Amino acid sequence: MMGRTIFIDPGRCIGCQACVSACRECDSHRGKSMIHLDYPEEGRSVASLPTVCMHCEDPVAPCAEVCPADAILVTADGVVQQADTTRCIGCANCVNACPFGVPKIDLQAKLQMKCNLCYDRTAYGLAPMCATVCPTGALFYGTLEELRAERPGVQVADSFTFGSTTISTGVAMVVPADKVQWPVPGGLPIVEVNGVDVR
Amino acid sequence: MTHAQAGQPLPLDPSVAPPGTRNFRDAGGIPADRWHADQNGETLVPTHCCFCGVQCGMYLRVDHAGKVFGVEPRNHDINRMRLCPKGINAYQQVNHPDRLTSPLMRRNRDEPFREVSWEEALDFTVSEIRRIQGEYGNDAFGLLGGASLFSEKTYLVGKFARVALKTKHVDYNGRLCMVSAAGANKLAFGIDRAGNPFSDILLSDCLLIAGSNVGECFPVMTQYLWGARDRGATLIVVDPRETPIARTADLHVALKPGTDSAFFNSVLHAVVAEGLTDEAYLAAHATGWEDVRKTVAAYPPARAAEICGVPEEQIVQVARMFAGADKAMAWHARGVEHHSQGVENCLSIINLCVAAGHIGRPGAGYGTITGQGNGQGGREHGQKSDLLPGGRSISNPEHRRQICEIWGIDEADLPAAGTSMMEMVWQMQRREIRGLIGICNNPFVSLPNYATVKDGYDTAEFHAQFDFFLSETAANAHVVFPVTVWAEDEGVMANAEARVVKHNKAQEPPAGVRTDTWVICELARRLGAADKFDFPDSRSVFEELRLASAGTVNDYYGITYERLEETGGIAWPCPDTEHPGTPRLFENGRTYHPDGKIHMQVVEWHPPMDPYTEEYPLSLTTGRTVAHFLSGNQTRRLGALVEQTPRPWVEVHPSLGFRNGDPVRVVTRRGSEVLPALVTEAIRPDTVFIPYHWPAPTAANVLTIDALDPRSKIPEYKVCAARVEPAERIDEVPAPPTAPGQVAYPETQVSRADPLPPTAPQGRGTSERS
Ligand code: SF4
Ligand code: SF4
Repeated sequence: MMGRTIFIDPGRCIGCQACVSACRECDSHRGKSMIHLDYPEEGRSVASLPTVCMHCEDPVAPCAEVCPADAILVTADGVVQQADTTRCIGCANCVNACPFGVPKIDLQAKLQMKCNLCYDRTAYGLAPMCATVCPTGALFYGTLEELRAERPGVQVADSFTFGSTTISTGVAMVVPADKVQWPVPGGLPIVEVNGVDVR
Repeated sequence: MTHAQAGQPLPLDPSVAPPGTRNFRDAGGIPADRWHADQNGETLVPTHCCFCGVQCGMYLRVDHAGKVFGVEPRNHDINRMRLCPKGINAYQQVNHPDRLTSPLMRRNRDEPFREVSWEEALDFTVSEIRRIQGEYGNDAFGLLGGASLFSEKTYLVGKFARVALKTKHVDYNGRLCMVSAAGANKLAFGIDRAGNPFSDILLSDCLLIAGSNVGECFPVMTQYLWGARDRGATLIVVDPRETPIARTADLHVALKPGTDSAFFNSVLHAVVAEGLTDEAYLAAHATGWEDVRKTVAAYPPARAAEICGVPEEQIVQVARMFAGADKAMAWHARGVEHHSQGVENCLSIINLCVAAGHIGRPGAGYGTITGQGNGQGGREHGQKSDLLPGGRSISNPEHRRQICEIWGIDEADLPAAGTSMMEMVWQMQRREIRGLIGICNNPFVSLPNYATVKDGYDTAEFHAQFDFFLSETAANAHVVFPVTVWAEDEGVMANAEARVVKHNKAQEPPAGVRTDTWVICELARRLGAADKFDFPDSRSVFEELRLASAGTVNDYYGITYERLEETGGIAWPCPDTEHPGTPRLFENGRTYHPDGKIHMQVVEWHPPMDPYTEEYPLSLTTGRTVAHFLSGNQTRRLGALVEQTPRPWVEVHPSLGFRNGDPVRVVTRRGSEVLPALVTEAIRPDTVFIPYHWPAPTAANVLTIDALDPRSKIPEYKVCAARVEPAERIDEVPAPPTAPGQVAYPETQVSRADPLPPTAPQGRGTSERS
């Protein structure tokens, strides 16, 4: 299945935002972070969950598909790049199209910005900034085999259902160890809703 | 497959790259052609994070003009590239617009500061020292050092106090950090440091984390904990809050603050009852076991369950999991140590480790997780009131003689032991101490019972402060000396493993800024001790420190700057330059007591100092957040960290009836303040929590009690009696306090006008999604 990519394990996330800070340090969008840290249960728990660009594979990146300016390039190795600055018109179509809520628009610059898997690092075999620094391994960069070598028996999902649409992604999510690989709804690793198995 | 491919640490040791070179790239670290740096003249200086006791390795990125402008993760043994947000943003303080670049002075506190020359500031300081000591005696002047200073500087602070100021009143802010653990370790093992390196965590079968919010306070250590879990180790977390680590533990014991020693005595009771003690080990290596066994007999789980507010079964379960494991480790931090019985709490954990035979093996042992970067090294060489270099006791005639010989002074001139940091504040209130120099510390935020602290400092006739930002404490001073940040000097620190690491200089200090070493030596020269303070740089101080520690338990003699750069860090004791250092203690079964035994100590639990009443029924406990370092003097100025956690809050259980973001008044016997509520099930219903990094009026330390542990003199930050009530109006929550002298955030602009955060209290903020 997937090659070298990011694996997200929300169970390990401590909400430290090292990934957010590290992302700001990346030379391609210095000063701005492309990572979202979500707090799914505010008012009850302080649990957190990181979202990076999922680098959608099938159908090919909705953000790129809807871009009227053809500014979003998907490379041969499946990395969905951030918008080409010479083409982007800042229309925010990509923001609306992305089911994971990833791309951002810099309204002043009229420019889209998103995670490009630290292409300047990953092209050289280095991990992206976020997965490099993440102190807990909630963000891991490597192949599934490499992840499993470290975390025996780990289960991952790389397809997500949004209503009747299923999207396969380049980035994968760790799901509870006793669950087989299955599309997870809404981009979150939910396998149960109100006690009902929704897989 | 290579590590690089796995996105894991690269298999090279970049610490061999000397400062300012790019050797590591040639060794395969980062492809040489990747950085525009090579055209722009960027260099990467290997060094360590200036903040917590993990001491992560990092590179500082330095531009062609010699200015630090960024950070790059470094594959150092300690952190394997990982960094927490503090480490990533630390570089921004180097060229921060708030940096002090000229000495500030005023003759009275009601005057504004004016910028003066170094001559004038030093002359005035020395004349005030002379006046106060002339009128009231040498001990009327005090010195307070810091545990974020390099060890060379802490050595100088201790020597300066005793040799140049000739006062017994010297102490340091590590007193507020891990001295309880230090005291306990010294009593039990005759050595004051963690028993094992972090890497042993990966070999352990059972990890007991007590009173430590590892995820937020020592984030990079979590990779070790979860690495162990991946290999099947069980994790027990003992903490009143369900911290990020507790959330995924096999067992989380949410005990009531201030009941640790009752709990651990009871666990040991259960270990005995289950027949899980290692009697052979105890007979061969420990003294005092019979007395300890008798004492813990009085702590059956039923009794402790009542004291600690936890289910009885959990106590037995901890006993089985910990003592039943082949190799188990206990790590503790301030949650156990910040108590009026801090030393006893630590001893009760040590008793458990020893009774179960979990000492001195790979994967089995104990450790304290140091809060401050050099909390460990900061006290080893004489900055603490009762210690001389090499951890020698200032009350031991032989130790005094040895040091006087090295320092070239008469033994009669070496002062006796002084008092602790909090006690010095009380002495200032009583006018027993009338003048004070503070070096890189911020007691206005960090000491408990703020009203007392302010009163003490206001009463002092003269106060000088060294710092690179105008801290809340410096804003109270008569003289402020602008000194270097960590990246502008070289020196060593000892991390929580007692691994000595070397920090390197990445840029020249701004004009007008001097190193702490220079200022201390200059003051000494003006006080007539020039011959004893001829130190042009850190290296020259380190050479004397090595000699001064030779032959002691804290032996640094075999450690040199060159060896540190080659190895990436050496754990002391290291008696000669061929010695590999001592990452793991007691492997030969011997401790550092003359009889080679572990001296187990009897511990009896007693309730916290601030009694609960109907008026004050809850426990208030305090702690850190991941974005800020201690008093926040540094991190509260860094844009990303301020955005992440702009202000404090009070964590309350839903059963108290508040909604997220409600203004809540927290009241203790010392004061009250209004904070936004963070409602979470992750805290005991009878406990509330406030992070402590902010100054008054929203300082947690407006509320905390200045009760001290009688042995370690650590304040009881982690428990006091409190009540909470709804505050009437939202605008009762004061706007986030601005740091004195704060002009700007360098990276991101933060709106700090809104009185309340949008929906949730910050720090757990809302999504950044646009
Ligand atoms: S760095 Fe890792 S642990 Fe920290 S917030 Fe990001 S994903 Fe979570
Ligand atoms: S603050 Fe501590 S954990 Fe964070 S980067 Fe610095 S040394 Fe590492």
